[in-house]
Amino acid sequence: MTFWTFQILNGVSFGMLLFLLAAGLSLIYGLMRILNLAHGSYYILGAYVALSVVRVTGSLALAAVAGIAAVMALGVVMERVFLRRVPRDELPQALLTFGFLLIVGDVALWVWGGTPQTLPRPEAFSKSVRLGELVFPSYRLFVIAVGAVVGVALWLLQEHTRLGAMLRAAIDDPEIARTTGINVSRLATGVFAFGAGLAALGGIIGGPLLGVYPGADFEILLLAFVVVIIGGLGSLKGAFFGGLLVGLLDNFGKALFPEFALFTIFAPMALILAVRPTGLFGAR
Amino acid sequence: MSALGVQGLTHDFGGLRALADVSFDAGVGERLVILGPNGAGKTTLFNLVTGLLTPTAGRIRLLDRDVTGLKTHRRARLGLARTFQITTLFPRLTVLESVLLAVQGADPARFTLHRPATAFPRMFERAEQLLSEWGLADRRDAPTQRLSYGEQRQVELILALAGTPRVLLLDEPTAGLSPAETVSVAAMIRRFPRDLTVLLIEHDMDVALGLADRVIVLHQGRVLAQGTRDEIQNDARVAEIYLGEPGDGDGDVRRWGARA
Amino acid sequence: MRAAVALALAAIVLVLIPLALTSYQLGLLTKMLIFALFAMSLNLILGYAGLPSLGHAAYFGMGAYTVGLLALRVTGNFWTNFGAGIVAAAVVAALFGLLALRTHGSYLLMITLALAQVLWGIAFGWRSFTGGDDGLPGIPRPSAGLPLSLADGVRFYYFVLVVTAVATAALWVVVQSPFGRALVGIRESERRMEVLGYDTWRYKYVAFVIAGVLAGVAGNLFVYFNGFVSPAYLSIVFSATALIMVILGGAGTVLGPALGSAVIIFLENVISAYTERWLLVLGSIYVAVTLFAPDGLLGLARRLVARATTQRSQVEERPA
Repeated sequence: MTFWTFQILNGVSFGMLLFLLAAGLSLIYGLMRILNLAHGSYYILGAYVALSVVRVTGSLALAAVAGIAAVMALGVVMERVFLRRVPRDELPQALLTFGFLLIVGDVALWVWGGTPQTLPRPEAFSKSVRLGELVFPSYRLFVIAVGAVVGVALWLLQEHTRLGAMLRAAIDDPEIARTTGINVSRLATGVFAFGAGLAALGGIIGGPLLGVYPGADFEILLLAFVVVIIGGLGSLKGAFFGGLLVGLLDNFGKALFPEFALFTIFAPMALILAVRPTGLFGAR
Repeated sequence: MSALGVQGLTHDFGGLRALADVSFDAGVGERLVILGPNGAGKTTLFNLVTGLLTPTAGRIRLLDRDVTGLKTHRRARLGLARTFQITTLFPRLTVLESVLLAVQGADPARFTLHRPATAFPRMFERAEQLLSEWGLADRRDAPTQRLSYGEQRQVELILALAGTPRVLLLDEPTAGLSPAETVSVAAMIRRFPRDLTVLLIEHDMDVALGLADRVIVLHQGRVLAQGTRDEIQNDARVAEIYLGEPGDGDGDVRRWGARA
Repeated sequence: MRAAVALALAAIVLVLIPLALTSYQLGLLTKMLIFALFAMSLNLILGYAGLPSLGHAAYFGMGAYTVGLLALRVTGNFWTNFGAGIVAAAVVAALFGLLALRTHGSYLLMITLALAQVLWGIAFGWRSFTGGDDGLPGIPRPSAGLPLSLADGVRFYYFVLVVTAVATAALWVVVQSPFGRALVGIRESERRMEVLGYDTWRYKYVAFVIAGVLAGVAGNLFVYFNGFVSPAYLSIVFSATALIMVILGGAGTVLGPALGSAVIIFLENVISAYTERWLLVLGSIYVAVTLFAPDGLLGLARRLVARATTQRSQVEERPA
């Protein structure tokens, strides 16, 4: 019993991390039809920058802000300076963003070295909490809370604000959105930066749990892909439920069949692909 | 024998009924013009007939054979061809290469992969013959994206004719053309083989009525009227649709109004 | 005619060049040929049919692992192992194609990537069978079942040359065939092709499997060449390397990807001798190619020549 509860909580907390990644990936795709392979870079770069800042200043809050800001700046540069110069076609975009994935990964290896490192946990969440007979690290509960808050905030933003309405209009039809006075260009940059920031946030709150190391960018990118393949590209709901599902599957896979952990994720993905090629909540 | 028959054809897009219970028959060699304001369901009808969309309800018969469940390419091989409203030619291929692809689509060698295409001179001969027959031989080596809009519409028609179809659907073949180009495309359609059944969506009334044996008027996804062109021109309901809401920006409305 | 002469010259050079190269240089050339075949196989679906894939390493790696495992654990017989490697790659391509080709564009990229990662995950995770991260070392060059041992570098080079030449000729026939023409039509406008009577799914699927088989052949050759295979040859980085080789050389031309493969292998070799930052350079190549040479080196050269000639003609016209 406790084993199951423990694993479910672990799976949900990992699922929330994946949601942060997949939400950004999905938003960027929804608005710009860009499949951003550099999304994994944002995750590790956020964590690495935060790590350096916390070592110098000792402040986790400052570290988080710095990590997110640095990654958002990278996102703006990528969108404004690079992605706008290539044709709006999936292959050049994939090659360009893959180039950034390699560059950021190698620069990170250069600057921060090859040994896995972990970010410290906030003081307030360094202990375990007792839930009945279950002892559970409070930090994982904190991760779940952050994911839930971001999820609710995004949902409110999309459904109940002017910005959200603009976003939905622009996703449905950029041409019409442009004629109704929405600055699609600025919106695109904003969404790109915001998606990058969410990925960095994922790296920073995931850092104490998973650590950060060369190759983590690829691993997390792949899992985020599985989430959006299952949930559907461009759908916030898909990113949320897909994230939860993959988080749980991954966790139970690793606990129960360690040699074939990836299978427990990919078998359901293949199944969903066979039935619904554009994912559970995907359009078209 | 009927060349093309649809019964009770219905199609829903999400919650919207784009086509509702449409039925008609087109005889062999008949020129049937489909009229209707924008959003009446004309292109949806063509997409259903060619199998690019699956109907919500209803049957489609091609040359007395039920094709409702057949894939697009199977219907094409039974003798169904079409053009598109928005030009979807092969932009980077030359005119000859494009026509060759169309000829090859109806050739038994279309799936051959162990011999070069040049081993089938019959396809080249047929393509060359089509180009000279329809007066585009001197443009054969031009990439289709370099052609004038009128020439592109001509290539569309040649591609559709290449497989010697029995039934041909033309989706606004003169849309966006200059008056001179319109005349030459209409002349081309008039030269089609007499046993070829043609369904034509057309906004230009002179072209439409000049070609039509029979007219079907679609309105809000339903058949509003069908009959000979005289019957349609004198139909009170049709006149009401077209005259009742003048000046809503729809090109065919004003043209129809002027004539009626 | 000029193409035939160029081809004959290239053939003569490739046949005679072992006389002029050190064994290290010959090894590099062998590797270029193997990767050229890998890139050309991807080009069939990417350049001709317009189907991007980020998982092409799956078939290469599947061929390599099958040959490696059989050679180390079961039999040294070349024919059974080479045949099994090809069959394994074909089966994986046939299976992945069924799932992946239901989608287009970005979904296709993601799904091919994710499917290839399944194989990567097995190779990485199933240590007892595949050796995990350490890979499979000690795979010998083929000799059993063959009239001559191919252990010698020059002989192995000729073996690779013959296999690559045969595969290239086969690809050339395929892209010139009615089937190959139809692939180009599908790349330009799939819907139009359906209306013209083509079963487009079947064309894409057959092309996908052919590409997988040829990638598997390249993987077979590579594992014999390298004597070692690891999960790296199933990874997304390796799949993306094939992509950049195709684009860099020129997608949709038979030999462009071979040029791309030669350039990338050469650069990797030279740059790795001076710095550990090869991936940084490779990443920059991706960025530079997409920005400045989207139609490959051949296209870039053609554009530069065209610009130079128009400038010259303008200069010449000015005095008049």
